[in-house]
This record gives sequence, structure tokens and C-alpha cells, in this order.
Amino acid sequence: METMSEIAERGYSVPEVLVSTVWVQQNLENPDVRIVESNEDPLLYSMAHIPSAVEIDWTRDLNDPLTRDYLDRDRFESLMSRCGISNDTIVVFYGDKNNWWATYAAWVFHLFGHTNIRIMDGGRKKWTDEGRPTTTERASPESSTYKAPIRDDKEFRAFRDQVLKHVAEKGKMIDVRSPAEYSGERTHMPEYPNEGALRGGHIPGAKSVPWAKAVAEDGTFKDAAQLKELYETGAGLDASDDVIVYCRIGERSSHTWFALRYLLGYPNVRNYDGSWTEWGNLVGAPIEK
Amino acid sequence: MPPKLQEILDDLAMFPDRSDRIEALIGLSREYVHPSEAEVPRTEKARVPGCESEVFMALDGNHFRFAVDNPQGVSAMALAVILNQGLEGRVAEVPDELVYEVFGRELSMGKSMGLTNMVRMVRDAAKAT
Repeated sequence: METMSEIAERGYSVPEVLVSTVWVQQNLENPDVRIVESNEDPLLYSMAHIPSAVEIDWTRDLNDPLTRDYLDRDRFESLMSRCGISNDTIVVFYGDKNNWWATYAAWVFHLFGHTNIRIMDGGRKKWTDEGRPTTTERASPESSTYKAPIRDDKEFRAFRDQVLKHVAEKGKMIDVRSPAEYSGERTHMPEYPNEGALRGGHIPGAKSVPWAKAVAEDGTFKDAAQLKELYETGAGLDASDDVIVYCRIGERSSHTWFALRYLLGYPNVRNYDGSWTEWGNLVGAPIEK
Repeated sequence: MPPKLQEILDDLAMFPDRSDRIEALIGLSREYVHPSEAEVPRTEKARVPGCESEVFMALDGNHFRFAVDNPQGVSAMALAVILNQGLEGRVAEVPDELVYEVFGRELSMGKSMGLTNMVRMVRDAAKAT
């Protein structure tokens, strides 16, 4: 059973951003904490979730319905109010797929300056595997008042023109998709079109480090030494680098963004959420196979 | 649309509210029985491509049987039950749109691709029989 002291011993730059399942269970009733479940599978939260956890759904809650973009300030404030989150609330995210969607939601919170977040190490699977309490009762916290700034993308988000410039300057990039996606092999079914992008391959100069390599068998994050082996020895990154990470739409790369930003303490990491669904279709953009 | 499958869709259509629909789909997922490797071999040929939940398919008599090897792949389990109960091997007229009819359009790209590929596996297998 993993505890906070074990997380503290892993050598992370900001260890307090990762909390154990034990800590979460001890803080279920803490009024300063709001637990948020964010999944890819739309049925999971209703099937069972951590008592008092609210659900934030990526498609319904975090995306703009008409523009390929994230929600604006007004919608973010409404979402926070509905979730009972105030400006000083500690928001603890967890979810399926080893917290892939949880880190995505946490990344969107950063665009509004809400950096007082935690990720529950091991995610939903670890909680259920340990037999911790769950409920089917949908949480309905008392509405809060939340004042958000206008969304500021520049610190955490990269756009295509910035990526083109980054490529020209031979900046560091990590492609976190599967090796088959990175190499441009066909991963779709024969006789069906390649969903999402006209071309297969990767952005020139990007190194391949599939996102899931950052987690151990039980879904918890690997320790700092293992992460350095992966990203520094393996992919040539350095903490002083300006790094852009990407995948297909920016969700898997949020997981890597979190690992680099908080667990290894890289100050300049941006997520290119346009990712391969933009770059693979972009007229005039170079690719490598 | 095959009659048995249409019957399941008609039942689901009785739940236009999203949370009610989710409860109905969870109910279907609970009917899923996890097959052994002997029942559904976990081979590359049987693997549903693009499905993060590690899903495999085999023809069991005249019905399609899926193995969802991720205990958290609840949507895949629900769809596995729908395809198992709603289709027989000779039926190939099942559209990709089935995924959206069942789950709605608020799915991630990866999730919709994986679930759609389950439908496509069924259709291709049906064409081959």
C-alpha cells in the first residue's frame, strides 16, 4: 500500500503534486479538497466512483462545442461552481487509463491558472484494486463562487505556427503515441480510411517516447531516476530545454507534460493539442516517417 | 438493421436522458461473461485494432463473442453484449453509426475508433462466412 512518504522518496521535483490512494481516502471529507474523476470511458463514473468525487467529462465539460478549442472563462467559472470548487480548493484528479484523462483535465485547469492540483497516483484502477470504498451516488456539492482569469495558453500550450518555428529551430519534441503511429505504419483496419489524419509519420525531429512508459505495471508513476533514464538518457532531453509534447489530440501528451513539468521539474514544457490530427493534415507541414 | 439488434436499439431509445442511457448500458455491460482463451483465442488475427481495452473476437457458433481483457473497458463490454445478442454470423448489415446510436456522439476519438472497429470486425467476419 503506497503512502505519501513512499512518493516523497521517489526523487520528484514537486512530489506533493502526486498523492497516494491512502491520502485521498483520509481526505474524503476535507472541505479544502475536491476530488474529480475524469475518464475516457463514459460509463465508468456512473458505475462506481470515489465517494464525494465529481465527474468532469472531457467532451462535454472541457471542449468548446463549436470551435476546436477549450472552454472559455465563463464556462470554466460555471463548471467550477457546479463542482463546488473555489479558487483556493485543492483539486485531486484521478481516472481511467493510468490517469491519462485526469492529467488532461489538470492541464486544462492550468490554462485558467488553477495550478493547485494533485494527481492520485495509480488512478481509478489502483483505488478499485485495493478495494477502497466506492459509490454509485452522483456527488452534488454545494455551488461555489469562482473567479477565473481570461484563459492564458502561452505557458502550457503550443500552437501549429509555434511548432513550425520550433521544428525550424530544431527544438526538442516528444511524440508520445505508439511506435506504430510514430513510424507511420497503418494502424487502422485494412480497407477503411485512416481516421484522423491523411498522412502517417511524425513531426520532424520528434523523439518517440510512448506515454505509458512513464508508468509502472500497477499504473503508478515511475520514480525520478527511471523517468530521467527514459526522457534524458533515452530521448536526449534536459531540464533547461524548451520542450513540446504531442500525440493525436493532446490527451496522451498531457500525461507526459505532467511527468516532465512536475515529476522532473522541467519549467518549459508545452502541450501541442492540435497534435497529429492537425499536423498530419496540415498543408505545407513537413513530416518524417 | 437486423431485427434483434433493432430491438436492442429500440429498448435503448426509451432512455433519451443521458444518465438513464448510461445506466441502461451499464446494465448491459453486467451481462458480459468473460470468455476463456480457449473460447476466444487472444491472437493477433482475433485482436480488434485500435481498441485500447485489448479486445478479441471469435465466432461462437452463429454468434460473435468478444473478450474484453481490460476490467475497466465497460463500454466495450456493453457493445460486446449488444453485438453478441443482436447479430448472427451471416448478418453483415451493421453500420459504423451503431456506435453513435448506442453511446451518443460525446466519445473521444480513440474510444469511438476502438468501438467502431469492433463493429467493423463483425461486419468483415460476417462477409467472410
